[in-house]
Amino acid sequence: MLAGWIVDHLWISLVAIGIGAILGVTTGIFIAGKGRERTAEVVLYFAEIMMTVPSLALFGLLMLLLSRMGLSAIGFLPAVITLIAYGQLPILRNTCTAIRHVDPAIIEAGRGMGMNERQLLFKIKLPLALPVIMAGLRNAMVLIIGIAAIAALIGAGGLGVPIFRGLRNARMDLIIIGGVSVSVLALLVDGLMALLERWITPKGLKG
Amino acid sequence: MIRLERVIKIYTDGTEAVREVSLEVGKGELCVLLGPSGCGKTTTMKMINRLISATSGKIYIDGMDNTSIDENELRRNIGYAIQDLGLFPHMTVGDNIGTVPALKGWPKAKRRKRAKELLELLRMDPDGFIDKYPRELSGGQRQRVGVARALGGDPPILLMDEPFGAIDPITRVGLQNEFLKIQQELHKTVIFVTHDIYEAIKMGDRIALMKGGRLVQYAPPADLLYRPKDEFVAGFVGADRGLKGLQLIRTKEVMWRSPPTAKPEEEVKAGRERMERQGIDWLAVIDDEGRFTGWVVSSNLERGQKVKEIMSTSAIVATRNAVLSEALSLMLTSGLNVLAIVDRHNRLEGVLTFQAIQEALREAAEEVTV
Ligand SMILES: Nc1ncnc2c1ncn2[C@@H]1O[C@H](COP(=O)(O)OP(=O)(O)O)[C@@H](O)[C@H]1O
Ligand SMILES: [Mg+2]
Repeated sequence: MLAGWIVDHLWISLVAIGIGAILGVTTGIFIAGKGRERTAEVVLYFAEIMMTVPSLALFGLLMLLLSRMGLSAIGFLPAVITLIAYGQLPILRNTCTAIRHVDPAIIEAGRGMGMNERQLLFKIKLPLALPVIMAGLRNAMVLIIGIAAIAALIGAGGLGVPIFRGLRNARMDLIIIGGVSVSVLALLVDGLMALLERWITPKGLKG
Repeated sequence: MIRLERVIKIYTDGTEAVREVSLEVGKGELCVLLGPSGCGKTTTMKMINRLISATSGKIYIDGMDNTSIDENELRRNIGYAIQDLGLFPHMTVGDNIGTVPALKGWPKAKRRKRAKELLELLRMDPDGFIDKYPRELSGGQRQRVGVARALGGDPPILLMDEPFGAIDPITRVGLQNEFLKIQQELHKTVIFVTHDIYEAIKMGDRIALMKGGRLVQYAPPADLLYRPKDEFVAGFVGADRGLKGLQLIRTKEVMWRSPPTAKPEEEVKAGRERMERQGIDWLAVIDDEGRFTGWVVSSNLERGQKVKEIMSTSAIVATRNAVLSEALSLMLTSGLNVLAIVDRHNRLEGVLTFQAIQEALREAAEEVTV
């Protein structure tokens, strides 16, 4: 039982962080571009608002939207979409700030030696921004694992199942099992991602 | 080689950074852009490799309008060195130096070979440094790597913006000398930005002195020193021309080439005769390999029988490429009126006397003012 819930929980979270990372990092890179300060503000503002909407309300909204579009309004799809939305802020913010804050002298050196914009991005800006981007992803991951408990409410399974079942039936043991598992899972994944972060940080940047 | 024709730069905020500057730098020449902070040196330099676009005017590289060349292609053929901040912290020394070669598509082995050559040229142990990261280097070593990187693609032109700016004075002097030596071999066409008049006089074949975006005087260093065009130039050059003139002359030009020496095992008596014959009050002591070890001075002659008993060992030396101001300051720290000039292996090449410095200065001043 527990193993099944954990697997479901992890699976939803991983899919959400995977898609969220691609979406967030690309958008982050885009809005970090020159002359897009205004766009960046708007995008980050929306990501912030998203975080303040109660997750249940967001689920509800999505259910409406998805059913209108003729898609499955409960289960995996709306859960993943919600989680992706919640994870965007830390990813976007870190990616954008990290790229913006690469030392202009370093960028100019690259440009002065004949790198084009693409080479500047891939050879200079991204490698230098990587540690901060990774920190954003970690942040998002922990957030997502926590919120994923609510996915149980729309039938997506995961560790929310024992929690809500416990709540309905006044079964303290189920609530604790679910709650503790979510925390442990979040801590574990956070630790793993910290290792990954160290591993992909360019050697010259390690203190 | 590089020609600026009535170049103007007005920034979008209305700052007139460069006002009608015309300037020509010949092939193999080192042109220093000099002037107080904010006078437009960096702006002028960056218009050459188009990091900044000129508002009007033309810049020709080898007769070609630089706006007619693809900007990245242009930049890959113009070495660019700035203060040490510009090294890529996530790349090894070797990869930093190999940046332009990589952009030019050289294979990896060739890039590494080139990086090693350049480290060698800048007197850094290639095998020890090639795989290090910038943060593992001292300030002086970073500046060297910065210069090596600018030379990476073997460009005919080098742009250097205060390349030795952020380091201590002693390391700085050493780097200047090494760069000049390299320049003697490579004959690059160099634009060198500095706000330091001493550095300008020492490094430049010609100095372009700027003020408020305008070119005030463009002339060889000696002319700037001894024939300032107006009040501003005279003021910028400063009152102590004599001292600055010392930057113009190298020790090798005025040193005593085979000076009287003594060996540690010699009798003092023989040494004393040599000193009297030459009319001097010192002898340079060298070992059997010709390496400089110290001095015998006349006031100590009575203190022993053998040279080694009365000599005072000294490690204060200069190289033949040091300019006289550096040599003079070393001489002052040593408390003697002579200075040993040695080669890389500390072998004595000559001796510089205080008298020789005085004479050289007098001649230099006369030559220009006649
Ligand atoms: N991007 C810019 N926008 C507006 N003004 C600038 C810019 N860059 C430099 N300036 C101004 O142009 C003038 C010349 O600057 P610069 O060429 O950097 O001088 P220098 O290198 O001689 O110190 C200064 O007044 C400086 O403030
Ligand atoms: Mg400047």
